[in-house]
Amino acid sequence: MRHRVLSLALLALAVLAMPAYAGQGVPKPLVTIEQPGECVAPPEVIRRNHMDLLKHQRDKTLRDGQRGAKTSLNACIECHASKKTGSVLGSNENFCQGCHAYVAVTLDCFECHQPKTGMVKAAGAKP
Amino acid sequence: MANTTITFREIEGKGGFYLLLAACGAVLLLGAYAYFQMEHHGHVITGMDNQIVWGMPHVIALFLIVAASGALNVASTASVFGKSIYKPLAPLSALLAMALMAGGLAVLMLDLGRSDRMIIAATHFNFKSVFALNVFLYTGFFTIVGVYLWFMMERRMNRWTKPAGVAAFIWRLTLTTGTGSVFGFLVAREAYQSALLAPLFIVLSFAYGTALFLLTLAAASALGRRPLGDAVLRRLKNLLATFVAGGLYLVVVFHLTNLYFTRNHGVEQFILLDGGIITGVFWIGQILIGSVLPLVLLLSPGVNLSRILTACVAIVIGGLAQMYVTIIGGQAWPLDLFPGYTAKSSFFDGEIHAYAPSLVETLLGLGGFAIAAVMVIIALKVLRLLPEKLDNHTLDPHHSK
Amino acid sequence: MSESPKPEAGRRAFLGATAAATAAGLGFVALAPGVQLIRFAQAKAGMEGASSKVRWGMLIDTTRCATGCKECVAACATENAIEPSSGRPGQSSQWIRKIELKAEKTGHEISLPMMCQHCAEPPCVDVCPTGASFKRADGIVLVDRHTCIGCRYCMMACPYKARSFVHETLTEQNPEVPRGKGCVESCTLCVHRVDKGQQPACVEACNKSGHEAMLFGDLNDAAGAIAKRIATTPTSQVRADLRLDPGVRYQGI
Repeated sequence: MRHRVLSLALLALAVLAMPAYAGQGVPKPLVTIEQPGECVAPPEVIRRNHMDLLKHQRDKTLRDGQRGAKTSLNACIECHASKKTGSVLGSNENFCQGCHAYVAVTLDCFECHQPKTGMVKAAGAKP
Repeated sequence: MANTTITFREIEGKGGFYLLLAACGAVLLLGAYAYFQMEHHGHVITGMDNQIVWGMPHVIALFLIVAASGALNVASTASVFGKSIYKPLAPLSALLAMALMAGGLAVLMLDLGRSDRMIIAATHFNFKSVFALNVFLYTGFFTIVGVYLWFMMERRMNRWTKPAGVAAFIWRLTLTTGTGSVFGFLVAREAYQSALLAPLFIVLSFAYGTALFLLTLAAASALGRRPLGDAVLRRLKNLLATFVAGGLYLVVVFHLTNLYFTRNHGVEQFILLDGGIITGVFWIGQILIGSVLPLVLLLSPGVNLSRILTACVAIVIGGLAQMYVTIIGGQAWPLDLFPGYTAKSSFFDGEIHAYAPSLVETLLGLGGFAIAAVMVIIALKVLRLLPEKLDNHTLDPHHSK
Repeated sequence: MSESPKPEAGRRAFLGATAAATAAGLGFVALAPGVQLIRFAQAKAGMEGASSKVRWGMLIDTTRCATGCKECVAACATENAIEPSSGRPGQSSQWIRKIELKAEKTGHEISLPMMCQHCAEPPCVDVCPTGASFKRADGIVLVDRHTCIGCRYCMMACPYKARSFVHETLTEQNPEVPRGKGCVESCTLCVHRVDKGQQPACVEACNKSGHEAMLFGDLNDAAGAIAKRIATTPTSQVRADLRLDPGVRYQGI
């Protein structure tokens, strides 16, 4: 009985640890920062919290009508879009897609939001 | 309480069981394929558009959901109203209710424009919306009927069967009221905006559910090689006839009332006279095949299984026809924004909206039927749902011929 | 012997409380940079957001609306990057449309644009199961596409057939007007322009073309042009018997 429990526990541990050694062959994403300067938050904070910052802001913008926040999605895209493709999507070398493809997290934003820059109608618009 | 305890047994997988399961499974796979096509390409590949926003999937899904609440009828009659002759059939009734609800709910959820957002649908509720209440009611239905089924099948919990049955009965009435109100609460469309739709759906649910239950019972009896006695059949066929008549009565009252309002003459003329497909489906599908024919078959003297089953199939066809007229017909008639004026626009104002269901959305709807069928077939094989014998002596020991 | 549990319990409680406080403190510190930044951003931008003191509305003078003119429809399509569907014409989105009316008995003809009426009591908001269809404080009725599940119940409920459903993947959206497959949409009163102090695209186009049939403004501003016109000229709301109090009024019907 004890042997069975132990071997089952070891098997479970091996299975759970699979992501750790399975991902060793995949190259880390190439994060090219196109624009000089600083992001709205330090990289360690942004990396972990950008989804919460965006999620928090989107309700303020849409439901309360508060515009011009630093954490606006369009501001991120204008800054981070690849100079080559003009978009944050398109290949795994693009800013958003690179990391998201690596960690296999679906990007839902761009079902509706425009991933390409330079398509804003009015000059100096801050959505 | 009968002194003789009835033995329940799983059916054996003989004589076409696996063939039937494979056939239903194939339809299920086709439905799944249809869903993935719709989810990937968007609704552009379907026959639905901005004028007919709810199509074949909703017709089938709402039929299954309404039938699901009605399929519980046999169990409710046993537990709530104390008709002990139905007690041995109550577990099958409860399971069929859950299976039909699963099929209907699946089609409804999979047709959503953003079906990947089911967690949002389950966590963000606007309780003023009858749709939101329905999501809560439909999912709660599984829990309540599941508990009810468990109490029925677990001997130690048998004494709680009646309270569970009452709870399930009240829940299912609320659920069907909610489903009818989805249309009844819409003030915008002339074919809806009626308080009568909720009770109409309740009476129709009795008819559709009982019809599907009889069909399932006959199929189970054939698959399990357990011949069905006519004592229960006689009672159920009379009950079914009553429900069909009740439904027909409410439909007549609904249309008569609408005909009395001059402002509704347009939509009534459309449905009853010159609506093309809608009129055909109404008179031939809903009235002739769905109401008149079953009444004739069910009320003729004697208990003839093939007559009863034909009536049940006719009721199912009539039910789908009724949902088609309600859902598609209600959307086909244009909104009257400017009474007294004829309107024309690039957005199809003032025109009857045409609808041609595509293969992909019909397959999705049929997949719902397949889900229910597969669930029932597997349950019959692994659970002790049916009595070992379905003859008169077992089901109705006090039966006097 | 009976005394020993008490100090132990006290020590445990103290350690637990400290641990909890530390965790909360760390959590707050970790979140604080992001949270603080957002606060600064808002204070600097100075955008208050929508206020209920304002109620945006439109007045449409149908006597100035020309039969066959579709300037407002074209402007809306350009501004919001609305393209015809690759499927059937019935699957194309239309946020605004021109309706040509002819009185059945008298033959009198009217031409007018119809769009979301931005009701004060919107049925689309009532029926939305997730609350995605909502009314902003300043009266603009919008769809929150983050929460919309695409059930289309609001499309069934709208008495003006104002809503459209996006049937296919979109790629050329205006960054200021996010719209996508599977969500329902309707006229936003060009909320992205209104928030910048501009007029909706349709109103601007109608004025530019010289017809000047559409007037946009704050219905609550008694000194404003629209409120003054409504107070002095006969105007009506479409399907007024439904008592939804639309924010769009029509003159000449």
